[in-house]
Amino acid sequence: MSLSLRLDINGEPRIVEIDDPRITLLDLLRERLALTGAKKGCDRGQCGACTVLVDGRRINSCLTLAVSLDGAEITTIEGLAGDGGVGGERLHPVQAAFIRHDGFQCGFCTPGQIMSAVGLLAEGHAGADPERVRELMSGNLCRCGAYRGITEAVLDAIAAEAGAAREDAA
Amino acid sequence: MPLDSPAPIAPYPRHGSNSGQPLTRRDGELKVTGRATYAADNHPADLLYAVTAVSSIARGRVTALDVAAAKAHPGVVEVFTPANRPPLAHDPDVKLGMFGFRIEVLQDDGVRYVNQPIALVVAETLEAAVEGAALLNQQYEAQPARTGLDDGERYAPAAVGVGAPAHTAYGDLDAGFAAADQIVETDITTPAQFHNAMEPHSVVAQWDGDDHLTLDMGNQALVMSRDAYAVYFGIPAQNVLIRSPFLGGGFGSKAILNGPQILAILAARQLKRPVKLALSRAQMYGPVGHRGRTWQRLRLGLDGEGRITALHHQSTAATSSFEDFLEPAASASLHAYASPAILAETQGLRLDTGTPGPMRAPGEASGSAALEVAIDAAADACGMDPLEFRLLNYAETEPGTGRPYSSKALRECYSEGAKRFGWAGRPLQPRQMRDENGMLVGWGMGTALFPCPHFPAEARATLRADGTALVETAGVDMGQGAWTALAQIAAEALGLDPEQVEFRSGVSDLPDAGVAGGSGHTASAGLALHNAGEDAIARLAELAGADPASPLFGAGNIGVVARAGRLHRRDDEGRSESYADILARTGKSMVVGTGRMARDDAAAQAWAMYSNGAVFAEVKVDPDLGVVRVTRLVGAFAAGRIINPRLVRSQYYGGMIWGLSFALHEAAQTDRRTGRIMNADLSEYRVPVNADVPSVEAILVPEEDRYVNPLGIKGVGEIGVTGTVGAIANAVRHATGVRVSRFPIRIEDLL
Ligand code: FES
Ligand code: FES
Repeated sequence: MSLSLRLDINGEPRIVEIDDPRITLLDLLRERLALTGAKKGCDRGQCGACTVLVDGRRINSCLTLAVSLDGAEITTIEGLAGDGGVGGERLHPVQAAFIRHDGFQCGFCTPGQIMSAVGLLAEGHAGADPERVRELMSGNLCRCGAYRGITEAVLDAIAAEAGAAREDAA
Repeated sequence: MPLDSPAPIAPYPRHGSNSGQPLTRRDGELKVTGRATYAADNHPADLLYAVTAVSSIARGRVTALDVAAAKAHPGVVEVFTPANRPPLAHDPDVKLGMFGFRIEVLQDDGVRYVNQPIALVVAETLEAAVEGAALLNQQYEAQPARTGLDDGERYAPAAVGVGAPAHTAYGDLDAGFAAADQIVETDITTPAQFHNAMEPHSVVAQWDGDDHLTLDMGNQALVMSRDAYAVYFGIPAQNVLIRSPFLGGGFGSKAILNGPQILAILAARQLKRPVKLALSRAQMYGPVGHRGRTWQRLRLGLDGEGRITALHHQSTAATSSFEDFLEPAASASLHAYASPAILAETQGLRLDTGTPGPMRAPGEASGSAALEVAIDAAADACGMDPLEFRLLNYAETEPGTGRPYSSKALRECYSEGAKRFGWAGRPLQPRQMRDENGMLVGWGMGTALFPCPHFPAEARATLRADGTALVETAGVDMGQGAWTALAQIAAEALGLDPEQVEFRSGVSDLPDAGVAGGSGHTASAGLALHNAGEDAIARLAELAGADPASPLFGAGNIGVVARAGRLHRRDDEGRSESYADILARTGKSMVVGTGRMARDDAAAQAWAMYSNGAVFAEVKVDPDLGVVRVTRLVGAFAAGRIINPRLVRSQYYGGMIWGLSFALHEAAQTDRRTGRIMNADLSEYRVPVNADVPSVEAILVPEEDRYVNPLGIKGVGEIGVTGTVGAIANAVRHATGVRVSRFPIRIEDLL
């Protein structure tokens, strides 16, 4: 069996051949497309380490079969920063905020946390309320317990975005 | 025998300071961009995938495996069972050193616990390997599982933890109890907890011929593990290379070899192709350690003023049927409070589980949880404020031994924590406070304590022709921020900015940095790096001092100061020369210094060394539903010299959240009929999510320690767990009036 999928991955249109209907999006990314940023913490939708954006929405890629995604637009952690490579790259504001607020320790949950935060920003219903941010980020476990830094980073990014929006309006 | 006063020891020289800065992590950018490579991110050409099939019974033997069905599945390459498992050079039922536990690698058809590997399926794709393992359709002959106090086998252990005494007595316990006005008894049980690092245990194994092995794996003890793998595979240690640049958490679970990883390595050798194995989350509830269960009883004798006259801490600790690791919980009572008589003793209990192991604050976490509850109960019995009670029973010297503390800013921790929290004015009686929504509010506290172990460690520092440096040690960063803090220490010794120091670590062919555990890695590897840096500077000074063309000619090592990439004459700082110039003129491309962890052994014996802290907790409890929420956690900690306050705060937060988890969330639930763990996942085995942690604060209390080691560094990684568990339980008691006797605290205990 072989299926051909049209996917847009991090802004790059690709034709992806799939020879097994059991392949999840997470395993497709990690084992076949060399995009190992998304992590497998549970493979059951319980930890959020595998969070990526599909058509702008945050999802658990371990729970999504690749064959169901024909035509989808996928953004992974690798596609978040601007061009320039490590050192020269422009970090996404959420990425920079995570570093500033020490929103991680081991870093294993971090790609998922950051993609989830980017999705959260787009959803726009957290506002500047820390309690809502904590609630809406609670699908992403962090065993290291970096929650305080994560929450601060997300709030910081929300504030920066709101500030930028105000400037645009002015 | 108590020492009246320590032998006079020259204090370590004061250390110059260019660390102490809250630098962000050196690996931060790699981690936020997804470019940090963890073990399972590796994908060598021609890779095969391995998946273990695991037992679903706790005791018995495997009677049938449908190997043919598995092999017939497209993509499956090989199935390993006890019938065809390639030989090992070491018997896995024989201990291999202190950290070399007995493990299961298909040596026979026996089953000793649930989730034990019983076969390994190797396939061209992950999907095929998973399916192949499911097709094995294993059959068993099961025996009744021993799952608790009533059916487990009790025994008198030789040791607890890793080689600590199972029985320690100071003073006359009977006399202490006889002198008491009242005796307060506290019973506490603690459950089996699983490390559940976010990164499942993974390995990518590659052989070059039959005798050269490269392993990509998260590993907390690189050189020690390298040596152990060499023994298992019968090859020289230098033929094993372990690469562990990033670990997705370890917490003690990635320091000890385990069966599934050995099987994957064997498969790679046999099949002559690289093999990747990553445990599933469920498979982590068995072969990779856990915090063992305890049943603890504390008896405190109290005189009329509220002074402790005797302290008896008994614990029954569970281990597996075939290996000993007993959570050293009772030991927590040996160091915390003054008492003329203390007895700490542990009994072992064999159950049909995987072998427990060290898990963040092994012993201290479970022991402190029980002790701090007992102390709160004692304060209650004396009608005293819990803080006042702790101050009255403050240990001015180490209880039992009488040794003085190398430093102990615990009083400052108490007062700064209490002030920040707003402890003053706390009503003594429970159920006195409500919030605006009618929730019961309670405040509790606990003392945090953790010893300062040091491990042998070595390092190398190379000053290069361009004036920058390369420092190397086989250290481990599992999230503590070791790369950053260790580089800061090295840079300081070298008189360079951290950016001028290339830091190479996380690979087993570098100088041994010891184990990342016991909260001793920064002190141990840091000392080695510090000494390597100073050695390199001394060598450079020698070159310059012997060179008539140098402005430093004749200065000798003792007469120079290293700062900002230049050596200066101590007596005339205007005379200086850059590292690069010294090297260039003497025609050297580099100088290499080496160093090892070294401290004054006499000092280590003469002084008692601990990190200290105080944790204050506020909880709100729904009076009708019993739901508990920790609304505030304030910890104040003193741990000697702080290399990087940003990272240290994160360690404290993480530790305190582990404490919260211990108090309210974590427990593996065993089905008593089968011995199976009913919640072997990340949804029913509860760990805190972001919303569970509304407010956590850590205060860094200044503390100077001139004796613990030449850098004055103590440990910060585990202490946050201690104190916090008790603080939360005591806050629950203050809110509800209910004194809990088991962790985690459950809603039904409060209704
Ligand atoms: S790996 Fe997908 S949610 Fe855990
Ligand atoms: S940073 Fe380690 S799990 Fe979140």
